[in-house]
Amino acid sequence: MPGRLSAIVSAVLLVALAVPAHAATIEITMENLEVSPKDASAKVGDTIEWINKDVFAHTATAGNGDFDVNLPAKKSGTLVLKKAGTVDYYCRYHPNMKATLKIEP
Amino acid sequence: MFVRWSAAIAAAILLSSPALLQDARAADKPTDPQIAHIAYTAGVIDINAAKQAQKKAKNKDVKAFAEDMLRDHEAVNKQALALVKKLNVTPEDNDTSKALSKQASDKLAELDKLNGAAFDKAYVANEVAYHKTVNGALETQLIPSASNAELKSLLQTGLKIFQGHQQHAEHVAAELK
Repeated sequence: MPGRLSAIVSAVLLVALAVPAHAATIEITMENLEVSPKDASAKVGDTIEWINKDVFAHTATAGNGDFDVNLPAKKSGTLVLKKAGTVDYYCRYHPNMKATLKIEP
Repeated sequence: MFVRWSAAIAAAILLSSPALLQDARAADKPTDPQIAHIAYTAGVIDINAAKQAQKKAKNKDVKAFAEDMLRDHEAVNKQALALVKKLNVTPEDNDTSKALSKQASDKLAELDKLNGAAFDKAYVANEVAYHKTVNGALETQLIPSASNAELKSLLQTGLKIFQGHQQHAEHVAAELK
């Protein structure tokens, strides 16, 4: 029956609309031994891209052990967020470089 | 006179006395080619110290620290070389660089006689003192004297990273006690 079919189609469309079409990529820069932005927010499923503009190697290392991304000099590194929560992270080589990532479900 | 300034810095490095660095302020400023030479020499000294530590150190924190020094100081010096090339500046040897090198080779020889925990402790203690002195010289002499903006900016980045090294060295030194 066409009526039933269109109901199914609209239901499918509604579900599709409710789920975000694209996960976002959030860029965080490390330059001159500073993390910018220092406080970033993202959602589970988003990708964080750390861009190291320094001539020094850095890392984005979670204090709680959730992630440890190596960022060679003048290179980027990415991480897909899998878990909600607020994570403080730092650079293992330059522990004065500290920042926070707020990950929403 | 630059010679007087160099002698004061050299003496300050030997004695780690802030009073002498103060006195040096009254003397003539080093030129950019001289500053570039001093900064590069200071980097080479710490790279050589780190290479020695990589061979001799036993403690894993000391080994990791030496590795960090090697990586960062090589990166800064690489950047410094690229900058002097771009600016078409020839680094100029001077009494401060000579005094730094002389003192560093004496220290290398002294540390070479030590082994195990005694080496680890002496290396880290020297790294604390060395970074403190170099940071003091950068802050009060080299950065204020630099006239080229890019050179000044590189020295400022250097200072920031070396202050981190000093804290790191102090932390490792405290752990070794």
